[in-house]
Amino acid sequence: MSKMNLTRRGVIKTGAIAGAGLAMPTYLSAQTQSGYTNAPNGDTVTLGFNVPQSGPYADEGADELRAFELAVEHLNGEGDGGMLSTFSSKVLDGTGILGKKVAYVSGDTQTKSDAARASAKSMIEKDGAIMISGGSSSGVAVAVQGLCQEAGVVFMAGLTHSNDTTGKDKKANGFRHFFNAYMSAAALAPVLKQLYGSDRAAYHLTADYTWGWTQQESIQAATEALGWTTVNNVLTPLAATDFSAYITPVLNSGADVLVLNHYGGNMVNSLTNAVQFGLRDKQVNGKNFEIIVPLYSELMAKGAGANIKGIVGSQNWDWKVESQMGARYTGTNAFVQSFGNKYGFPPSQAAQTCYAQTLLYADAAARAGTFNPCAIGEALAGFEFDGLGNGPTLYRADDHQCFKDVLVVKGAENPEDEFHLVEIVEVTPTEQVTYAPDHPMFAGGALGACNPGA
Amino acid sequence: MDAIILQILNGLDKGSAYALIALGLTLIFGTLGVVNFAHGALFMIGSFCAVTLQRILSISFQTVDPSKTDFLGNPSTFDTPYVVHWFGAEVGNGIIDWSVPLAIFFAIPIMIAIGFIMERGLIKHFYKRPHADQILVTFGLAIVLQEVIKYYYGANPIQTGAPEMFRGSFDFGTLLGFDPNVIIYPYWRLVYFGFAAVIISAVFAFLQFTTFGMVVRAGMADRETVGLLGINIDKRFTIMFGLAAAVAGLAGVMYAPINAPNYHMGMDFLVLSFVVVVVGGMGSLPGAVLAGFLLGILESFASMTQIIDLIPGINQIIIYVVAIIVLLTRPRGLMGRKGVMEE
Repeated sequence: MSKMNLTRRGVIKTGAIAGAGLAMPTYLSAQTQSGYTNAPNGDTVTLGFNVPQSGPYADEGADELRAFELAVEHLNGEGDGGMLSTFSSKVLDGTGILGKKVAYVSGDTQTKSDAARASAKSMIEKDGAIMISGGSSSGVAVAVQGLCQEAGVVFMAGLTHSNDTTGKDKKANGFRHFFNAYMSAAALAPVLKQLYGSDRAAYHLTADYTWGWTQQESIQAATEALGWTTVNNVLTPLAATDFSAYITPVLNSGADVLVLNHYGGNMVNSLTNAVQFGLRDKQVNGKNFEIIVPLYSELMAKGAGANIKGIVGSQNWDWKVESQMGARYTGTNAFVQSFGNKYGFPPSQAAQTCYAQTLLYADAAARAGTFNPCAIGEALAGFEFDGLGNGPTLYRADDHQCFKDVLVVKGAENPEDEFHLVEIVEVTPTEQVTYAPDHPMFAGGALGACNPGA
Repeated sequence: MDAIILQILNGLDKGSAYALIALGLTLIFGTLGVVNFAHGALFMIGSFCAVTLQRILSISFQTVDPSKTDFLGNPSTFDTPYVVHWFGAEVGNGIIDWSVPLAIFFAIPIMIAIGFIMERGLIKHFYKRPHADQILVTFGLAIVLQEVIKYYYGANPIQTGAPEMFRGSFDFGTLLGFDPNVIIYPYWRLVYFGFAAVIISAVFAFLQFTTFGMVVRAGMADRETVGLLGINIDKRFTIMFGLAAAVAGLAGVMYAPINAPNYHMGMDFLVLSFVVVVVGGMGSLPGAVLAGFLLGILESFASMTQIIDLIPGINQIIIYVVAIIVLLTRPRGLMGRKGVMEE
């Protein structure tokens, strides 16, 4: 029988070591013999879907979650298979991923960076999520991407449009399917020239956060390259609801174009105010006054109602693109059928990007033959694919940004129903929206090394 | 000059909303001594009364149109509102078009009922509790109310337009000798300002010229003495809570065409309205109205490009800067009375 001698110093030492061990983030100890975070041991693999379930983007988050659920169903061989049948890669066969049934957990980002990080952390540490996806804000995406990099899991971004997500804040573990502010501006520029000419004076109202700044910088550069001048750029608080005080200075500023670098509720309110103040009926410099909303969404169009008529913007995808623009966008109709039959309405672009991201992750794991995030990263980097609704697409290795066609859209003048509020004006080809990896608007960051969490 | 006139006009409509909400807050505080953080939620519910009435009036039956297909390739359907079916296209569409003004009559009983239920069901239990408890419980109630609205109406803003004849803008500048299209102002915002003036006047007249109002004012000044005279002041104060809820609700109804209603709009106004009450002077009804318009106009001026260029970020803090200055120089606010919230 051994005798244990307890000393004060010994107790403190032991306590300190035990405390340090307990305080160490669980994900650092969650790795298994496989050498990466949350390696699945049983017959299921868990994905974490982090979407806004409360807050101003809750409707968009709900649509993302519907798409994720649908993707999981299809991966597990349920339902009609959706875009699995049109996806150019054929390694997914409806038996889950690498023979493991796909399960998922969901979290609420609340469209707040701290809440989104806490929810992602919980899914990684407590639920064993091996991949995190979703979100409707660039601020949130950048924050969660950073967390996933530290935790050693893959982050498949949802709706995030700031240049920074795959620019100065890019990470090796993060991947973005959605387009970005630069691409919107590059896609819009030729259409704006065609519609409104090259002698225009633009006034910008810009949401005062990362997405707004990069959107404004991008569209200003693109329009100035056309010969337009920039009269002013006014930053508006994200929490603003009444923009009348910002709209009225536009009236007599000499500008003949108002660019609303706003998204969601900000855009709905600023556009409504601009229309109320008669900007759309105004003539300045002998031209009709025009309003541009660089980033569009169906939900925003619905919120803006009749005010959106004729307003030009850009989208990553639209549910009508295959029917109207042809078979290049194959996969769209299969997804719309699948989503429409299940939920009763067409999917939004947020839903499409989340569905595509889930399939792309699963496909990369299947091709890599492992859930190791670094192997999945290698499989995604430089991957060229088709059949997910956007036409031929490249996941560029340099920055983990997808390059594909961008849609230029406008609000329908006479929508036949609530699902046809947006009309496709033109599709801008990939080459026109592609930029060099070291483009100044994306400078300042580095992918760094992949972190498997080991 | 034109920019200054425009910002004064902007401030008037924003100030109207602040003044109406602050008026209700002050009525509740002055009568019941309760700091009601759920008051912004009442403004939001008022807006959703307009949304609800518009939806009720737009209830439709569906007819299949075999010549068209929906997004899934099935035969398409189109909706015909019952009011159009019953009264014909012109009258039926006219009724739907006027749903916001009609919602005034729809909202009054609903808001009074909500006010009664709030006061009798919850807030009366906190009369003798510290103000911190009252703030916590009413703030919690505000969150519950906004989540209920979000559950039923979603998080997306819902456009609720003004009647066709009030859409568009009025050329104010030509009246003042400016060139055409220099000072234009939306018709509905002018309507809102006029509506606010009528409601504020009606509330003051009610308190000033009716026996009920006289008793309420006496109760606000000395509740105990009025009670000793055998008057059931509590019952009157409950009615005043309902009235304050109705004022906030009506402010919300008419605000619906200005900014598309969303579940969070009450919170957006709440903090600013409290600052308005404090600047005006706790318990002072004229102070609340004066401060509402004053801060609305100052906020508009602070958003002018020239001012932002001069002091970056001033548009986001102006109201609080003014509040600090006023409270430093006049601790009871602009028109505050001695003894209110001074224990």
